[in-house]
Order: sequence, then structure tokens, then C-alpha cells
Amino acid sequence: MTTTTLKLNLGPQHPSTHGVLRLLLELDGEKILSCEPDIGYLHRGMEKMAEKLSYIKYLPLVDRIDYLAGFFYSELLCRTVEKALNIELSDRVRAIRTMLLELNRISSHLLWIGAFLMDLGATSPFFYAFREREMILSYFEKLTGQRMMYNYFVFGGIRKDIEFLDDVQKIISILPEKLHDYERIITENPIFKRRCVNKGILEPEIGLNYSITGVNLRASGIDYDIRKNDYLYQGFDFAAVILQGKDSWSRYKARILEIKESIKIISQALDYLKKNEKLEQKHINPLNIRLPEGEYYQEIEAPRGLASCYIKSTGEDRPYRLKWRTGSYYSVNLLRKLLVGEYLNDAIAIAGSLDIILPEVDK
Amino acid sequence: MNYLYFLYIEFLAKHNIPKLFGDITFYVIPFCIIAFALLVVVLFLVLAERKLLGFFTQRKGPNRVGYWGLLQTLADAFKLLCKENITPSRVDRFLFNLAPILAFVPVFVALGVIPYSAEFTFINTQTNVILYLIMAAFPVLSIFLAGWASNNKYSLFGAMRCIAQVLSYELPITFVILSIVVLSSSMNLATITLSQMSKFGIFSWFLFPCFLGFLIMFISILAELNRCPFDLPEAESELICGYNTEYSGMRFAIFYLSEYAMMFANSIFITILFLGGYLSPFGKYFMSNSFLLYFEQAFWLFLKAGILIFIMIWIRATLPRLASFDLLKFSWAILLPLSIINLFITVLIKFGGFLCS
Repeated sequence: MTTTTLKLNLGPQHPSTHGVLRLLLELDGEKILSCEPDIGYLHRGMEKMAEKLSYIKYLPLVDRIDYLAGFFYSELLCRTVEKALNIELSDRVRAIRTMLLELNRISSHLLWIGAFLMDLGATSPFFYAFREREMILSYFEKLTGQRMMYNYFVFGGIRKDIEFLDDVQKIISILPEKLHDYERIITENPIFKRRCVNKGILEPEIGLNYSITGVNLRASGIDYDIRKNDYLYQGFDFAAVILQGKDSWSRYKARILEIKESIKIISQALDYLKKNEKLEQKHINPLNIRLPEGEYYQEIEAPRGLASCYIKSTGEDRPYRLKWRTGSYYSVNLLRKLLVGEYLNDAIAIAGSLDIILPEVDK
Repeated sequence: MNYLYFLYIEFLAKHNIPKLFGDITFYVIPFCIIAFALLVVVLFLVLAERKLLGFFTQRKGPNRVGYWGLLQTLADAFKLLCKENITPSRVDRFLFNLAPILAFVPVFVALGVIPYSAEFTFINTQTNVILYLIMAAFPVLSIFLAGWASNNKYSLFGAMRCIAQVLSYELPITFVILSIVVLSSSMNLATITLSQMSKFGIFSWFLFPCFLGFLIMFISILAELNRCPFDLPEAESELICGYNTEYSGMRFAIFYLSEYAMMFANSIFITILFLGGYLSPFGKYFMSNSFLLYFEQAFWLFLKAGILIFIMIWIRATLPRLASFDLLKFSWAILLPLSIINLFITVLIKFGGFLCS
């Protein structure tokens, strides 16, 4: 009797590839022998577009790089341009930006919790997570007029002063008890633990070799949180979440803990914003932004890892070359390594635990 | 049943219809009743599941078609009827068409052996527990056919998983049923029901001497029905829809229907084995009229089955899916030994004189 391996196209039309990822799997029974991620189904030419558009015209587009954490990429572009133009942000603008970024991080992590549990076959946490995420999104909608693509940060500051701070207060007072609910229904659930503890082990060396950053790396025990050195976060008291577990369960737990840390940051920012009500920001003419000739680089801690922006300018009103570095891109590459030797239904859980979002990969 | 038979023949004789006609139709009518009742029950069950899942997850559930969404499933069924039956080009046509039929037919037989109330058992043989078991395990064959004939890798995985799962969970079920057979000294579902009857009502149910068995049975039935947390054969996030990925239109509806019908049948089956079937939990009935009594008995049966179904839906809203190896390990390493221990305990109770029968 001859036996052959089975080639399986997981995706792009597959419920758990979260959009548009294609995994070419080679299977022996249900055991994965090799995995080849195929990306590019959502490529929109984000980097090329930058070369044709002026900075202000490009700014609304960058929200779409990661549509679950839109603030982060517009923040990143603004920061790079501000760095090039030597613009210092006032404390109030810093606090506003930090607060919105952290709220966005929470909403992104909440969506991940829902999607991850959906991958594991539990449907209810998805709805619970969306219920909490909805509060944050409706606040963003109230503030910016948009639920996901905010276009709120501008070069040198913010579009208009922050409003509706009571809503934020309400969100951060409700969230801790909801998180407690999640922990009760998910974290100690024996089936959940069986499927996540010691599954998808990401050794720190492998993580570093594959350029993994963000929560995935911190759950493998490496202390690498850009926020600690970011001047946006200076003066805020928070801890980088470092767990030693290396497995899917730690990655889950790290995100829950990170939400708690974000709540801390938000409440500090909120206290500051309530005290200092005068908005100071330098107005620059958005139609005439010309970066001096040179190369500029800026990085921030996005929900899915280190995100960075590189701009090469020749002194024109548009970048000569613009490059994004996104966390998910490297996580997708990691699937090659992490899925080999796993069984199909564990593989889905492991891939889910890495928090890959495809628009960020394809750009 | 004999009582009903005589009533029926008498009724026909009044209208000068030959007895032969009555003899033939008497055994056909029940199946027509089951078929009709089943449709209503399944429509209700699908709606109940969607509504309950909605409530569990802070939603409203279907609430547009009809009052409170009552006609939603009817509308869905109508939509599925109107849809095109797509047959992919390289499937085994005969088996592909046969599979949904084989999924649905055994449910009728399975529901036929169930004593709904004191007189209503359509197929009353001495060993109808075994007949039920065979029919309850039958849908696996159709799932395998569907998975194989679809010529789709995901379907095949679903079918493979389903067979592995049902094979390993049939054994604990059989051992638990054996312990019930020991307790009641009978393999007839009606007799099993009656042997749980006493003036103590709820306390003479087999649930109490055989509580471990009840838990094993409930878990195994969940696995056999491919329901959460054992829904690996149709795990959406892994296998798209498992064995019925390639099915559409009415063929898909039939699979869907048979799944819910089997869920209904199996909860009634557990009710009969452990929860006293159609017996009243208070030890006495409220209706004195013999005709109304039948309805009261059927009411108790459906109420108990309904509670079990509610728990199944509740579990679905709560738990994530098991990993495939844990699934098999759970059955062979935990449930099977426990079910043998359970059999041992029940034999001790039965013949050790703890239970006076």
C-alpha cells in the first residue's frame, strides 16, 4: 500500500483565516508536515500610494493599514513627520493621544479575544467582547465621527480638542468587572487550558530570529516594550506585561493583563485631562508640509507588535519612499515554524493566538 | 396500543370500511403523525436554540419574521427549499444524494420506539432499546457517505473525525444502558419507564442509583450528536462546515433537520432511561380523565426532554471545542472505565438489596 501526503489549501475562503490568508499545508492525516503562508490578497499599495500623495492627503489612508487599530498608524505617520519637522507636542496633546491609543489597544485586544475564542469553538465570548468593544467604538464615533477610520490626529497635534470625557470614565469603570467575567468563563476553563497550555510554544530565540515583537514576544519572557522609552508615555505609571509561559495561554493572559495596564494609563491620562483644560498646539499649514531632505524613522508599540515608519524625503511635498514595518507580517512568517508537527485543530488555535491581521500584513 | 387499535377498527367498522384497510393503515398512520410532529418540533427547536443562544450572548435572536420571530425557521426552511441544489462536478452522485436520506430516515424509526405515554408506542418490541441504539448510531453512516462522496478534503476530515468520535462514545453509552437494563430487568422502553414508577415520584427514578451513568450518558450523547463541545466533525473554524460543506439547498436542510430531530430523540431517550419517561415527578397525575392523562404524560416527557435540550444549548453557549486527541482520550481513558464502574455499582444496588423492586 502506498501512502501519500495530502496538500490542503487553507483559505483564502475559509472561516478562520480572518479575511484573506492562504496557508498551503502538507498533511499526514491531520498532522501538519509543512506550512507555507501565501499573502497578498489584500494588498492595496499603501507604500506606493504615499509616493504620489502629499502628506495630508496620505494621512486619512493610513488608518486603513490596520483597521482594528487605526489610531496607531495615523499616530505613527504624524510622529515621523513631527520628528522631521522638530515639532514638540504639548502635554495635553500627549495625554490625549496616549489615552486614545490605549483605548484603541483595548478595543483591538478585545476583538482578538473574541476571534481567538471563536477559533477554539466558543461563540459567546465573541459577543461579550464585542459588547465592550462597542462602548469604545461608540465613544470614538462620538469624538471623531468615525467608528474605525478616525483621521483624528494631524501633524503637530489633534484635529479638535477632546470631548465626552465622562464616557471614557464610564468605559474604564465598567471594563475591569467585565474582564473579571471573561477570566471566570475563559481563563480557568479546563477545555480552554487543555487547548492552550503548552501549545504553540514560541522559544525566545526563535521569536527574536523571526523578528516577533509585541505581546507575542513578551509572553515568551522577553522584556521588550517600546512604550517604556516612548516620550508619549513619559510620566505615565504602567508595567510592561512579561510572562514566561511561551505558549498560547500566556499570549492570551498577556493580552488580558495588557488591557488592565492600558486601563491604568487611561485613568492617569484622564485625571490629567480633567485638570488641564487648555489645548496648546502648534498649527502648521497642512497643504505645505515639506520634510527636509533626509531619512526619518519612528517606531511605536502597536497592539500587534512593533510598528515603525521610515520616510526618505528629497525635500518635496511628498515622500520619496515610505516603508511600514508591521507586527503581523512577521507573525505570519512564524506560522511556517510554529505549525509544523501540530494537528489541524491545534494549528488553528495557535495561528489564532498570534493575533495576525491581514490588512496589516499586505498593506 | 391494543386499546387504540380496537378503537380504530371499531371506528372503521361503523363506516363500513373493511378491517384489512384498518390493519394496513393502522401501522402507517403513526409514521405520518411522527413525520408531521417532527417537523413542528424541529422548527421549534431551531428557533429555541437561536433564541436561547441570543439571550446567552446578549442579543435578541431572530425577532423579525412573525411575532417574536416565531416564523423565522419556517421562512428559512422555505428559503432553503427554493435554493438551488448544487451538485459539485466530481462527486459520487448516487452516494451524494443518498446521504441526506439516510440521515433522516432512521430518526423516524428511533422516534417510533419511544413510549410517549402509557399507550402510545408505535413500535413496541421486547428489545426496542437495541433497535433505538442501532437507529441512533445510523446517521454516522450517512455522515461518512456525505464526507466521502463530496470529494472535498474538509468533508473527508469531518467524516473521519465523526466516525472516530462516534465509535469511541458508543461504548460508554452501551455500558450505561446495560446498567439500566440490569436495574429494570427489561430491554423494553415502556417497561423501563414503568419500573421507575412509585408513589415517591422523582425519588424512584433511575437517576439516583445511576447518577454517574446519567452524566456519562449525557456527555456521550452530546458527542454522538456532534454538539458543542464535541462538534469537531463540523468545526467551523477548522473544517468550514465539515461533512456538509458541499451540500446546499434542501439537502443541507435535511442534514440540519435530522441533526435537530436526533437531538430531540436522544433527549427523550435519556429522559426515559433516567428521568422516569412520561411519569409525573410528583408520584401522581393531575388529570383523572384517561384521555387527558395521555396528554399529561406526554407533557411530562416533553418537559423533561426540554430541560435536557436547554442544558445542551447552555453548554453550547459556554464551552470551547475539545482538541481531537483529548476527545478520544476522554472517552477511552475516562468515560469507559467510569461506565464499567457504574455498571458494577448498579449491579451491587440491584442485587445487594439496596433497592426494592
